[in-house]
Amino acid sequence: MIYRESGDFSTTYQQDSQTFPIRFDRYRYYVVLVIAFAIVPFVINDYWVNAVFLPFLIYSIAAIGLNILVGYCGQVSLGTGGFMAVGAYACYKLMTGFPDINIFFHIIISGGITAAVCVLFGLPSLRIKGFYLAVATLAAQFFLVWLFNRVGWFYNYSASGQINAPERLVFGVPVTGAETAPWAAYLFCLVFTVVCALAARNMTRGMQGRQWMAIRDMDIAAEIIGVNPLKAKLSAFAVSGFFVGLSGALFFAVYLGAVEVGEVFGINKSFLVLFMVIIGGLGSIFGSFAGAAFLVLLPVFLKNVLVGGMGWPTDLVEHLQFMIVGAMIIVFLILEPHGLAQLWRVAKEKLRLWPFPH
Amino acid sequence: MKMKLLTAVAATMMAAGPALADLVIVSTSYRTGPYAANGIPFADGYEDYFTLLNERDGGIGGEPVRVVECETGYNTEKGVECYEATKGEGALVYQPLSTGITYQLIPKATADGIPLHTMGYGRTSAKNGEVFKYVFNYPVNYWDGASLAITHLVEQNGGTLDGKKVALVYHNSAYGKEPIRTLEKLSEKHGYELMLLPVDHPGQEQKAQWLQIRQQRPDYVLMWGWGVMNQVAVQEAVNIRFPMENFIGIWWSGSENDVKAAGEKANGYKALAMHNLGSDYPLYDDLQKYVVDAGKAAGAGDQLGTVLYNRGLYAGMLAAEAIKTAQEMHGVSDITSQQMRDGMEALEITEEKMASIGLPNFGPEFKVSCQNHGGNGYGAVSQWDAAAGEFKLITEYYQSDQDVIQPLIAEDSAAFAAENNIEAGC
Repeated sequence: MIYRESGDFSTTYQQDSQTFPIRFDRYRYYVVLVIAFAIVPFVINDYWVNAVFLPFLIYSIAAIGLNILVGYCGQVSLGTGGFMAVGAYACYKLMTGFPDINIFFHIIISGGITAAVCVLFGLPSLRIKGFYLAVATLAAQFFLVWLFNRVGWFYNYSASGQINAPERLVFGVPVTGAETAPWAAYLFCLVFTVVCALAARNMTRGMQGRQWMAIRDMDIAAEIIGVNPLKAKLSAFAVSGFFVGLSGALFFAVYLGAVEVGEVFGINKSFLVLFMVIIGGLGSIFGSFAGAAFLVLLPVFLKNVLVGGMGWPTDLVEHLQFMIVGAMIIVFLILEPHGLAQLWRVAKEKLRLWPFPH
Repeated sequence: MKMKLLTAVAATMMAAGPALADLVIVSTSYRTGPYAANGIPFADGYEDYFTLLNERDGGIGGEPVRVVECETGYNTEKGVECYEATKGEGALVYQPLSTGITYQLIPKATADGIPLHTMGYGRTSAKNGEVFKYVFNYPVNYWDGASLAITHLVEQNGGTLDGKKVALVYHNSAYGKEPIRTLEKLSEKHGYELMLLPVDHPGQEQKAQWLQIRQQRPDYVLMWGWGVMNQVAVQEAVNIRFPMENFIGIWWSGSENDVKAAGEKANGYKALAMHNLGSDYPLYDDLQKYVVDAGKAAGAGDQLGTVLYNRGLYAGMLAAEAIKTAQEMHGVSDITSQQMRDGMEALEITEEKMASIGLPNFGPEFKVSCQNHGGNGYGAVSQWDAAAGEFKLITEYYQSDQDVIQPLIAEDSAAFAAENNIEAGC
């Protein structure tokens, strides 16, 4: 009744091919944007930013990046943590090497550097597929972490081997370092997330995305109809690497401020982002957000409810968290193998017909 | 949609939490994960000490202490989440018990005006209080530890380590890398050859490192390990029949959990100690009476008397003494984190004070000042007695080589000050 398409006519091709063809969807999207940009910055505090919003926004970018590679192009990657580390260390070297350039450009360049590294590790994808490619990217994960631990140049030879983000300003407002106001860090990441999501959404709807999907669905058939597998696969690695690198740079510079590569960008991070993509929904931008939200918010939510609300011992809650999150992942995968995005699609279909399903 | 629902519920849950005017101590503990074996006894000791003060004295200076526990799993992201979640409750001091989390929190806590106490861990150069105004690492630090271990070896070898080979097996993180620079400096002074063997988190896999030790036969092995890495290292040392008395761990690698798994063969393993061991203190009688018998012990209540439980007690005692000092200085009982910082900077631990608390001869005497946030670098060496099932101190407390360490601290803290535009001064 509320959610419907009747009376929503497209009279031009632009209207017909816009991102949200249904009016209600479009307004909902605008409302979300307005809330995110105009209301949330005024009400959030340190806790909400550091425990909820920053991880959600940054993991969303990483999940979008991985989704392009895995969900759209069908190339399994277990190297996300390593590629995030490339973004983080590139950003650190740029921040300390060129302190006069705006951090905004540093983060974008870090994405570019990661894209190049990602393409390099994507080269084997032209020869090997599936599980074998997963193993090749797994090697990238371990190699990169080892490299950043081993070579002092990457961490400017600091005694602890850690990298620390110095304070950097955007329009005179600090966005990295300890003096950062919560709203500044939030808005800085939000801008990146929104632009990334828009770019990814439009890329996947256009020719590039169709090429990726053709490769994913059947690469030989795609080649026969004229898709160049070299270009398609490597461009997927490049775009994915760019997004993952951005998220790694933001993760280090804005969210954590200090990073130890083995702990922060270890294999666990690769799995976490992969789970986000799988739970959210392969081949869906919305799914990337949903998956990131699910895996970032659920533990924080459970912790607040069980420790803060019910006063249970912290170790019990921690163990319960593992079990609940694990169980929910299994339940979701059994009930809805296409992830939260599919649930959302089904819900929308139901809503369209509601209250007269026949 | 789902997200909004979740956050809305979370918000109401958080708003419903109690907010009382107490002295709030946050225990960022880890009772899960690969470091839990070491995290649990420390957290229990820390919490039990405040429970004892509440039950016996009604708090500190008449003000009850509320301990807020937050599980970090030794993970920096969770540590940051804990910090942000609890700082609003009026936390007086943070004791993260993780060098990684400490590095995260140094800038944040300094900006928020909340002191950090990183007792024998964290960033060593934080000893320089002129730069690190909110960070305290008394009574000892990693570089003291490195020097204490080398001094012990020098003494054993009649004054020189010329031609000896010393290996450092370390956790490949900020924690394990801390002593390297000091050990390199000391090797110039004492003439030993240093061999570095990193072990990656969490440290269950050390075959390669110990194979290297077996091949290259270093005379001594030092270890900067934590959690499951300790147990594995001791077991591997036993497996290659490395003489245990030549194997020295830092104070974080010297608890019962670390050696018991290796059985009888671990006998003779040495570890540094920053405080005394065992449960033969008057304070333990009170603990038994007010905490354990009353059923108020933290965790399972089975850690009393272990090395790390004692360290938790020691950390609790130092925090409580700093609170007392702050209360006296400012004449109020409900102090703020700023006043807590002043109390920590004016803290003086003397033998009489420790005896009156019920912990006579428990740790070295020291006095904190604005210039020196790190104590005087006194420590001792303990040795595992497998038959008795306990660590025993085998030396007196002795001082680390301040001639080597002080210039390093000045250098590192000056670099930090320059990087972060901090004006050093008191």
